[in-house]
Amino acid sequence: MNIQLATAAAARDVAQAPAPAISRPQVRIVIVGHVDHGKSTLVGRLLHETGSLPDGKLEMLKAVSARRGMPFEWSFLLDALQTERDQGITIDTTQIRFRTHAREVVLIDAPGHAEFLRNMITGASQADAAVLIIDAAEGVRDQTRRHGYLLHLLGIRQVAIVINKMDRVGFSRERYQEISDEISAHLKGLGVQPTAVIPISARDGDGVAARTPAIAWYGGPTVVEALDQLTPAKPMDAIALRLPIQAIYKFDDRRIVAGRIESGSLKSGDEIVIMPAGKIAKVKTVESWPVTPIAAPQGAGRSVGITLDRELFLERGDVIAHAPASVRDTKRLRARIFWLHDTPLTVGATMLVRIGTMETRASVVAIENAVDPGELSSVGTQSIGRNHVGEIDLALARPVAADTHADNPRTGRLVIEVNGRIAGGGLVLSVDAGTRGVPVDIVPVESALRSDERSARYRHNGAVVWLTGLPASGKSTLARALERRLFSRGGSPILLDGDTLRAGLNGDLGFSPKDRAENIRRLAEVAAHLARNGHIAIVAAVSPSRDDRAEARRIADGFFHEIHVAASADVCEARDPKGHYQKARAGQLAGFTGTDGGYQPPLNPELALDTGMTSVTEAADEVERLLRRSGVLFEDLADLAANI
Amino acid sequence: MDHLDQLEAQSIYIFREAFARLKKLALLWSLGKDSNVMIWLARKAFFGRVPFPALHVDTGKKFPEMYAFRDRYANEWGLDLRIEPCPPIDAVDPTLPPAARSAARKTEGLKMALAKHGFDGLIAGIRRDEEATRAKERVFSPRGTEGGWDVRDQPPEFWDQFNASPPPGAHLRIHPILHWTEADIWAYTQRENIPIIPLYLSKNGKRYRSLGDQDITFPVASLAASIEDILIELEQTKVPERAGRALDHETEDAFERLRVSGYL
Repeated sequence: MNIQLATAAAARDVAQAPAPAISRPQVRIVIVGHVDHGKSTLVGRLLHETGSLPDGKLEMLKAVSARRGMPFEWSFLLDALQTERDQGITIDTTQIRFRTHAREVVLIDAPGHAEFLRNMITGASQADAAVLIIDAAEGVRDQTRRHGYLLHLLGIRQVAIVINKMDRVGFSRERYQEISDEISAHLKGLGVQPTAVIPISARDGDGVAARTPAIAWYGGPTVVEALDQLTPAKPMDAIALRLPIQAIYKFDDRRIVAGRIESGSLKSGDEIVIMPAGKIAKVKTVESWPVTPIAAPQGAGRSVGITLDRELFLERGDVIAHAPASVRDTKRLRARIFWLHDTPLTVGATMLVRIGTMETRASVVAIENAVDPGELSSVGTQSIGRNHVGEIDLALARPVAADTHADNPRTGRLVIEVNGRIAGGGLVLSVDAGTRGVPVDIVPVESALRSDERSARYRHNGAVVWLTGLPASGKSTLARALERRLFSRGGSPILLDGDTLRAGLNGDLGFSPKDRAENIRRLAEVAAHLARNGHIAIVAAVSPSRDDRAEARRIADGFFHEIHVAASADVCEARDPKGHYQKARAGQLAGFTGTDGGYQPPLNPELALDTGMTSVTEAADEVERLLRRSGVLFEDLADLAANI
Repeated sequence: MDHLDQLEAQSIYIFREAFARLKKLALLWSLGKDSNVMIWLARKAFFGRVPFPALHVDTGKKFPEMYAFRDRYANEWGLDLRIEPCPPIDAVDPTLPPAARSAARKTEGLKMALAKHGFDGLIAGIRRDEEATRAKERVFSPRGTEGGWDVRDQPPEFWDQFNASPPPGAHLRIHPILHWTEADIWAYTQRENIPIIPLYLSKNGKRYRSLGDQDITFPVASLAASIEDILIELEQTKVPERAGRALDHETEDAFERLRVSGYL
């Protein structure tokens, strides 16, 4: 193989070499429009006219076309897939680079077929600007309007219109004007002002890189000139800080909150509020690699890692903001969405909603203004069909931090997931403020003691030992034995018995699923607080619902150890120390978990103990072993003594 | 933020999304310029460490310089390196042209490694500008249980919202540098001072522009003896990056066939 590259030495001799690629402004442009209106042809022609084709590529494709007995088409340059060439259509979006004198262009070619609208959106969502192509003979079609509408929904405001195949209408100025008026009116109705309307023939090259005699009547820019006028998306530095948390890393002694700054900027020392909970903290450091920490302010677009001045419970999906311009928390949203799934979206449907890094279950409360943006006809208020758009009211399963799209284009948009696959997406139109639309002025007070001081005294780290099981399975008995044992070795165990707490803290709660969930949430919050302060919280609670326990695990995070106290139902009923089973059997205790079958045993507990087969001492031994294995209980005190 | 800063921030975002949303990840390390940049970006994303294994699916036919590079930097970069073998050529689809067939050993090796470890996410350093079928990729790209890529049915992916729930037995390919170009890779390698395999630099008027197996990769004529020279060369050249990859030139769709069945 012998391929001749332009040599580096030769390159240096070229006096008028363009500026290096990485210093030219890069603009991402999507080409959309109705099928067969000539998108791929225009792209192929643009690559040729700007000298961007690799050597031999054109010849290779011409030879391939000849071998297949097909006339050469410029679109072959892009339709890379065998199936696409066989059928003469673009199936999926593709990207290709070329450069003009002024720009580094990323051209995104998006398919025009209605059935591939998801691919068009995938391509267009990455663009700063768009070229909308229209066949001069066919004029504005459904898909032209649909794409125009979606560009608007995707937030693309710069659109250059190209009227292609002018050769087919004899380069008629009247025809050009007619189409120009129609599409301009359509786009203006959506709030989009076309940057240019260009008559071309992509196949022959008129209007692509040069104005030819055939379109002498046209005074505007060529396609290449129009591309040079499109500008990269503006950075989002100027608006309020939004940093959605992606993850919290504890790879070493640092606890780093990681995420991308979607808007605004941030530096160490900043006072921040973390929504939706409204917690307040200060940025201690901005961590980086290989050099850390960094002092310079970090602007929108940066993927950063920060440490905070206090230990707060944070999680993926929370949004960091500056206190005066905080994001709102809400459980209700109104959004304008496009729907891509085969099954229509209906009122009452439940699905997963993602906003930034947050995800939550949600249900559709109402649908309004469902339309087919191709025909612009209203199609009802009960469902949104595939490739249609509409406005929906959403009820979210938990509070989230969200902006409206008008306030923040990056955090004011959402996607909807069905069966693990994105099925739609859109813009947040309004946010129904939750109980805490502004940050609460709560400044958590840090303990005067360090956790290592406490662990040195107690010889253990903080933990939540969560005992779950049927009534009378032996949870309280085991909890008390464990409490005694940990205390005897100098530790600080604290018993949180479900029944005991229902007498006070949770006295306002009943036994409906909602109240039970709240009961577990409060137990978990208290237990997690104790664990964070170095104690071992031993929770003894039936906690029958798997979801509620999962929520408890989320709240207590790394401290959580779930232990299934798993005596068989017969054994529990035979024990019945509180007489509950007897009452329930007599119909005097409705909804009793021991007899209604509503107990959901853990699937993967850290430990399962059959207290029908094991003595209390043996069971406590097992738990103690678990706590040693997990590093909660220390074996050796030597290194810690110095801290006391 | 300059252009390289933007590319870097986007890649870090992708790495962190993958790590947050998938349970069992591995990063495919082919030792070339792209995957070295990729490892560097992973270390940026996770503050100096790569919190998942680096998988080298080894055909046994790499250049000695590549093996030396691997052994040195796996250690210096603190990687959890897993070396996975490929089956012999007889085990590979005999209808493929010779070079493609040889390359397809890697697909088979990859499938074996997937079956052995049960990864649900494989991070791979492909770029859109390398090759036309790669330009059609998603950032999070679902693969079937046989490792296949269904180009006709790729899920929607927009606004950096990725589909990260592979069905049981299937996995995702994650592409953190899909949006980079060859020139970006070199400019970033230069800026960050990332080590490279010397085969990329000109020696006796030739250099490798893309590194694969010894039997199916060829050097191209070039006098570029430093990264600076390479960057100048890339501004001028019209020779495609994979010109030295024999398998791309055997038949029109050889590469597409490989990719659809699970090749990178």
